[in-house]
Amino acid sequence: MEPEQPSPDTEQESLHEEAHLPSPTLWPIGFAIGIVVVLVGLIINPLLISTVGAVIAIVFGFLWARDATAELRGQTVVVEPERREPKKADQAPAAPPGAEEGAALPPVSRSVFLEGATLGLGAVIGAVITVPVAGFAVLPSFLRQELSKVDLGPISAFPVGRWFIATFVLDPAEGEVSRRTAFVRNNGTVANPEKPSEQVPSFTIISNHCVHLGCPVQANGPTGSILGEPTVHEHTANGPVQFVPVVPAGYGCPCHGGQYDPEGNRIAGPPVRALDRYAFEIDHGRLVLLGTYSVSHVVGTGGQAKIYKYKQAGPGQHVDGPEQWFYPLQPTQN
Amino acid sequence: MATTYRRKPTKAELRRQQMEEVVLYPLDWLEERSGLVGGIKYFLFRKVPSDVNWMQTLGSAALTAFLVQAITGVILAMYYVPSAATDPHTGKPVAWESIVNISDNLTMGWLVRGMHRWGASVFIILMFLHMGRVFLFGAYKYPRELNWIVGVLILVMGMMEGFTGYLLPWDQTAYWATVVGINLNGTAPILGPWLAQFLRGGQAISGDTLTRFYSLHMLVIPAAIIGLITLHLYLVVRLGVTSPPWSKDAAGGEPEEEEEASLRPGLTRPVPRPAGASPMQAEPGGRE
Repeated sequence: MEPEQPSPDTEQESLHEEAHLPSPTLWPIGFAIGIVVVLVGLIINPLLISTVGAVIAIVFGFLWARDATAELRGQTVVVEPERREPKKADQAPAAPPGAEEGAALPPVSRSVFLEGATLGLGAVIGAVITVPVAGFAVLPSFLRQELSKVDLGPISAFPVGRWFIATFVLDPAEGEVSRRTAFVRNNGTVANPEKPSEQVPSFTIISNHCVHLGCPVQANGPTGSILGEPTVHEHTANGPVQFVPVVPAGYGCPCHGGQYDPEGNRIAGPPVRALDRYAFEIDHGRLVLLGTYSVSHVVGTGGQAKIYKYKQAGPGQHVDGPEQWFYPLQPTQN
Repeated sequence: MATTYRRKPTKAELRRQQMEEVVLYPLDWLEERSGLVGGIKYFLFRKVPSDVNWMQTLGSAALTAFLVQAITGVILAMYYVPSAATDPHTGKPVAWESIVNISDNLTMGWLVRGMHRWGASVFIILMFLHMGRVFLFGAYKYPRELNWIVGVLILVMGMMEGFTGYLLPWDQTAYWATVVGINLNGTAPILGPWLAQFLRGGQAISGDTLTRFYSLHMLVIPAAIIGLITLHLYLVVRLGVTSPPWSKDAAGGEPEEEEEASLRPGLTRPVPRPAGASPMQAEPGGRE
């Protein structure tokens, strides 16, 4: 063990009286802030912010220098010796300073200050590390979720009134894992609801994702080989697209038995709404899929159908009725 | 060493004594500097009720199953590739091919992957059996409620291991099971849709989901389980083992004051100490 250091409590008063310490001052902190502002300003706005920072640094630097040289310039410096009143025997040594309420400035002992500083600095360092890490873990799932358009080829390839099982890759960069299936029917042309004199193409494009828990629904009915009709292959901007002719009496889910009619309305099983649909546009005579949207139910068929459309919700989530209040906020979808 | 012989020790006895010295020296060296030997003895050689039975080994069995998962998992991670990209030569996903490679080509890969795959179920089953034992023995009651809670958290973490690990083979079963599992989470009120999108790492399952599940499966959740198991064992050591409900021992009785064998310094040799010395002085590492 080293020779015992005098603890603050046992330190001799005489030591303090001989000490020539500069009086405590806050000016260096202001000076440091000024320097920081200068440096920040160099990045953001050298003309304005750096000038402000320089002024702060110069003013505080002057005050600091003035303070530090006060003694040399012959001014008396009031040095407050660090005194300790001798402890009374009955005083509890562990009583935290500042515990008495109402004290204007409760004295903070060195150990309490260091404890607070350690915990406080630790918390600041922890926050500086945690905030970006937590943000990186969570935010990319929700931000910059881009909409992929899917080119399904010229609309002339779809005979009016016939269903096809279309399989396509949503995002060629992502590859096979973004392969999707939709049931597509050309409804011919219908009157534009906004301009009744105009006729516009109408398509029914139903997503095959079961709205119970997301399994792939199958068309109930004969497909290509049984119908004796060939599968159509096309190459579009999204790579190979395949169309299998089908005559669906409805759709069924292999996982938990949900059943839907050809328009996608739920007719049996656990699903909570009708099948989702793809929004689409006709771009230079080609059928282009946009994002999907949710449907509570459909009244009517084909081009005359009334689709009760909602913002895209996940499978199993109600979009209408009282249960919709369970899902008040959806993460931003396409 | 401390043994006193009435006769002169034979050569065999002397040699045996020397051998003991050789074995014990490093252990004593370690003990004097770290207290680890005493700590391990304290942890392993505890007093238990006289009428404990085999049912009370289910917790250790579950721990062993977890260790098997941890060790086989670390080795599997050396060969598994969590990539959803398509292999340009075969047209198949890289992750799935790496699993096929482990099972079919690598020496004993089939065995280690099989241990991990079936061991996962064994781990969960043993946790449930252990839970049933604790419930039926009433071992969750005061003062062990907190350990029940910690145990439930370990069970939940174990199930999350099962869920995240199931995606890794990246085949049709894995994909659609994960679709259904995530969508189940998505139906939770209020935050469900957000939780689902967080788990997927986006709006649909993709390569991001695979890498995220891989990270959760091999880093995040195992670390949490190890921490929880440590807490679980600490509480077991602190609170002791319960008697079976049919025990004739009076419940809540104070155990007799007895010198703990594990508190003796040295591994096997009692060091004589002056009469009246407090037991604290004999604590491992307490010697000067």
